[in-house]
Amino acid sequence: MLTNSLVLGAAGGGFNGGDILYQLIMFIILLALLKKFAWGPLMGIMQQREEHIASEIQAAEESRTEAKKLLEEQRNLLKEARTEAQGLIENAKKQGDVQREEIIAAARTESERIKESAKLEIGQQKEQAVAAIREQVASLSVLIASKVIEKELSAADQEKLINEYIQEAGEKR
Amino acid sequence: MHHEAPIVDFLGLNFNLSNVLMITVASAVVFIIALLSTRRLAMKPTGMQNFFEWIMDFVKNIINSTMDWKTGGRFHILGLTLIMYIFVSNMLGLPFAITYDHTLWWKSPTADPVITLTLAAMVVGLSHYYGVKLKGVGEYGRDFIRPMPFLFPLKIIEEFANTLTLGLRLYGNIYAGEILLTLLVGGLAHAGVGGMLAAILPTLVWQGFSIFVGSIQAFIFCMLTMVYMAHKVSHDH
Repeated sequence: MLTNSLVLGAAGGGFNGGDILYQLIMFIILLALLKKFAWGPLMGIMQQREEHIASEIQAAEESRTEAKKLLEEQRNLLKEARTEAQGLIENAKKQGDVQREEIIAAARTESERIKESAKLEIGQQKEQAVAAIREQVASLSVLIASKVIEKELSAADQEKLINEYIQEAGEKR
Repeated sequence: MHHEAPIVDFLGLNFNLSNVLMITVASAVVFIIALLSTRRLAMKPTGMQNFFEWIMDFVKNIINSTMDWKTGGRFHILGLTLIMYIFVSNMLGLPFAITYDHTLWWKSPTADPVITLTLAAMVVGLSHYYGVKLKGVGEYGRDFIRPMPFLFPLKIIEEFANTLTLGLRLYGNIYAGEILLTLLVGGLAHAGVGGMLAAILPTLVWQGFSIFVGSIQAFIFCMLTMVYMAHKVSHDH
């Protein structure tokens, strides 16, 4: 009896047409229900996620290229700015050089001019001083002469005489 | 040890009420688990959604290993339902077997050859249906005389052999597991205190092994389903 049950299993006697039918129908119902309520939505969300990921990757790629472009732009701008700055410095240097030269030249001419004028003044002063001394000497000589030869000569004559001598002396010098 | 089956005659068909009950229970369990797990679907999956997405990918990989996704995608839901249903069915008989008045009521539905052969015949029938649908009658018919015309009888036998092996493999594995559990629990454990103690370890081990076998058999059933499908629908094999 035991071996019989082991061999034939739970099927027992007779043909279980009802079980077959029931199993088939139940399986088809289960399939339909699961498709509608479980697998369908799950597949939908998985599909959705796939699309989401794909679009995210797309967006990331796009933003990366954009960033690359911006970086290139910035780099170019920086390079430009650097060359510009270089040019400005160069210019300023050049200008400074020119200005220095100018200032030096101006100072030189100025000093030259001052020297000239100083020389001129000195000359004038000397002239004046010589003239003053000449007058002094003349008047002193007249005084001395008048003391030496009192009343022999008039003051005017004497002065004339002395001036002549001084003139001679001046020319000899 | 021998349990009667509660068979009733209805509209000229024999219904094994135990099978009817267990098919309903297995289907309900699968449906409720699937329904509860996919109630709160989110782009960032959590908990059971992760698990079910893993099952989806698992079945997808099974299909991809036998045919390309363009033709195999239509079998995705079939494979998913098969693997879930068979796995749950295999597990149902493990924790207990309920008998009432010498009648076995609670068991694995897959421990009955009628059920497994029904599933197997359905799968093979579907494979023929899709073979005709996707390749046309002529191409489908010519497959029977490839590569040599004299192989035609073998090809016919193969179809029946496929059905039988697919169904009986599942049935044999699960039924053997239940028989041994029944023997251990119903026989050895009833033979006094010593027998009870002696039965604990083998029962534990065998239940663990049955879980393993049940999972493997569900996987194999799904795998072979896809292999037979691929045989019928792919152009070169």
